[in-house]
Amino acid sequence: MKLSYSFPLTRAFCTYLGQAALLAGETFNSILAGRIRWRLVIDQIDEIGFGSQAVVIITGVFTGAVFTAQIFFQFSALNMSTAVGPVVSIALCRELGPVLTGLMVAGRVGAAMSAEIGTMKVTEQIDALRALAVNPIDYLVVPRTVAMLISMPLLVGECIFFALIASYYVATQILNINSVFFLHHMWSYTHGKDMVMALTKGFVFAIIVVIIGCHQGLTTRNGAVGVGRSTTEAVVISSLTILMFNFFLTMALNIVFPAGVRY
Amino acid sequence: MSAPTSNLIEVRNLYQTIGNQEILRGVDLDVPRGETVVLLGQSGGGKSVFLRHLIGLMRPLSGSIKIEGEEIAHLDERQLEPVRRKIGMLFQDGALFDSMTVFENVAFPLRERGERDEKIIRNKVAYALELVSLQGQEQKMPVNLSGGMRKRAALARAIISEPACILYDEPTAGLDPIVSDTINRLIRRLQSQLRVTSIVVTHDMISTDHIADRVALLREGRIHFDGTLNQLHSSSDPLITDFIKGRSHEID
Repeated sequence: MKLSYSFPLTRAFCTYLGQAALLAGETFNSILAGRIRWRLVIDQIDEIGFGSQAVVIITGVFTGAVFTAQIFFQFSALNMSTAVGPVVSIALCRELGPVLTGLMVAGRVGAAMSAEIGTMKVTEQIDALRALAVNPIDYLVVPRTVAMLISMPLLVGECIFFALIASYYVATQILNINSVFFLHHMWSYTHGKDMVMALTKGFVFAIIVVIIGCHQGLTTRNGAVGVGRSTTEAVVISSLTILMFNFFLTMALNIVFPAGVRY
Repeated sequence: MSAPTSNLIEVRNLYQTIGNQEILRGVDLDVPRGETVVLLGQSGGGKSVFLRHLIGLMRPLSGSIKIEGEEIAHLDERQLEPVRRKIGMLFQDGALFDSMTVFENVAFPLRERGERDEKIIRNKVAYALELVSLQGQEQKMPVNLSGGMRKRAALARAIISEPACILYDEPTAGLDPIVSDTINRLIRRLQSQLRVTSIVVTHDMISTDHIADRVALLREGRIHFDGTLNQLHSSSDPLITDFIKGRSHEID
């Protein structure tokens, strides 16, 4: 009892975690029970997956390009410019690809989900759904979750793919690294497990973005001001959660898929 | 489940608080099948809160709510779904889904209940829109409708699946007298033709005189009066006469 008075932030944090976990639990229960409206899932894949491509490709291209240039500037001083390819590729697969895609999708999709569901909440549309015997989690959260679980790993893959193309172009055309060396080294040091790690992170970040975005929307109060606040919080909380989870995921996944050299 | 009674809805000793404020303090109300009960009361007096309990949108702090003899106060969201299929609700601002056209809004309950035959859906939507005088507005988005049209489209959505009971939250608030009269006549018509039970929350006395079989007055969280229209108008209770005549007793 005293906890709530002594540590209001602790209480708020625990309450938030509990609510988000309950929402995730109910959502996955519905998915496992087969309460999936596939028409809505396809609409959401169009909105979330197809609509996010430009943002993700541009992010990938410029991240790949700048990272390649920066690694080259450092490594060429040590006469290690042929190591640029593998370093860029492993960093993109294991960290930059999933994290940057997660952050961009949190900004674009998490915000949109929170704003849309939040507006529905303050205009009684969620209550109208419930009054019409339609479960809001089944109707709003489940299609978005399924769409995110399908779209996000593909977006991560797309981000990495375009980042590597940009990296290859910058390395070979601008920085004059030999293309055979670049590709050979990149291929030698980048393994399937690095890609599995990227896609696993993509799945986890998808769940973080969709659950936090939908939770913020469903708990919106106080009209238009509340919708604005929920939207901002959805982006901030999901971005921070992605960054924190990324560390723990890296540590855990490194046990399953240890980074290392293939001989 | 207990045996069905002549009352569609029975509410006993309903309590609810919002924040530190006691909104409902022991409400008792019976709603007989096929009757229209008008719930009067001051703004902010808990009428809408009471109405939301009847369809499970809010859970009471304590008390009992029975729909066709079935206790619903303790049911969770999924258990409430069969109960909600028996009841339609018209929200104060309509609560139309703003991502859908009027047609899609009105067809929504049919589709969600598994109707796949587009011809049946089209015919039912056309009939429901005709009932509320909104023919030809099918392809408009809610944002392009006036307040009255939105409310009528929402009413079409509430009645399309032919519920046994309709809850109206301020159906005539903010509407011009002609549109109000259309809604009043529609409530009457639904009752006489389809034997729909209605609970209407309002403070519009013209509407009350037009549609009510029975009137209940909610005051300070309790039912202060429950009787027929004649009993309401012949009451000498100053609280009731003040409400009917719209007197505030404030000094100018």
